[in-house]
Amino acid sequence: MKSFTGKTLRWEWRDGGLELTLDREPANEIGTAMLEELEIFASSFEALALETSSCIIASARKSVFSAGGDLRELYHQAASVPENERPKGIRSFLKRIHAVMNAIDAAPFVTIAAVHGACLGGGLELALACDIVIADKMARFAFPEMRLGFIPGFGGIPRLKRDLGNAVVRDLLFTGRTLNATRAHAVGLVAQLAGEGEALRMARSTAMQVAKYDPVARAATKEFMKPIPREELESEIDIFCELFARPEVMAALKKFVEDSGPMPYLP
Amino acid sequence: MRTLEQTTQEVIDLAAKHFQLPAGSLAPEDDFFKKLGIDSLQTLEMLSRLENHFGIELPDYEVQGVSDFKTLAERIQSRL
Repeated sequence: MKSFTGKTLRWEWRDGGLELTLDREPANEIGTAMLEELEIFASSFEALALETSSCIIASARKSVFSAGGDLRELYHQAASVPENERPKGIRSFLKRIHAVMNAIDAAPFVTIAAVHGACLGGGLELALACDIVIADKMARFAFPEMRLGFIPGFGGIPRLKRDLGNAVVRDLLFTGRTLNATRAHAVGLVAQLAGEGEALRMARSTAMQVAKYDPVARAATKEFMKPIPREELESEIDIFCELFARPEVMAALKKFVEDSGPMPYLP
Repeated sequence: MRTLEQTTQEVIDLAAKHFQLPAGSLAPEDDFFKKLGIDSLQTLEMLSRLENHFGIELPDYEVQGVSDFKTLAERIQSRL
């Protein structure tokens, strides 16, 4: 499938390059609907592999790459089932999103996240699955999950550990604070820093450059440089489910969902 | 070294410019959430503008609960 337009995202293949655009109101939250369309996207990789050199992931929403997992949906779905069935439902969702993230992580072409605005939680996990992160200087990155009593669940900690030093990982997790793009670039989370509104243009330019290289060498380099931390990813699902089963998490989610204040995304 | 008054004025000027408001329409004691009508994502954007302008890092938890320009300027001033 060379092009697709869904309810939450769209993609188009042109001249060897794929471009996936997240476009779900209000802030590209990753819930069931986006997951289903990301699964369709990932299932197209095999057929496109031989003729594709790059894939850019960007956002059509102003001021945000993605605010992360859809916490409102998570809360309402969890609240609608008996307490003892909650971990089973969340585990099923996490296994599916992990399969998508792993497919993007190991995609047989170079993946580039073109980030502008807020890149939080699951949004950051999506960016971390990509080979190269290019960020607008107004971008901000954070893992705010601990304020709700759980951990990033879409592969965030293992992938963050793969790319960054433990000190930065702990700072991000334990404070939940947002890092600006300059700082994210300095610590190695961001590969290229773009001027305001320039991330997508720079990503396209980068995609044209990577297309010049031999695909076999590119694939071998990627496999060598970027192994998927499968064991840790499995552990992450277990830890998430264990934490999620606690009543404190549902109470925190309820508070978040009912929060109509101006800064609900900030820790 | 900037004075607190200068920092406050720069914060106000930056907000007025970004949200396209007349320079004199914002005051140090104004509640910027109400005055600018901004949401959480715009707040993050404003934080980036402030950090880029002053060349500092301003952790979110240091501005949590802050809603007026003067207190925001005080937080910035402590990191200059």
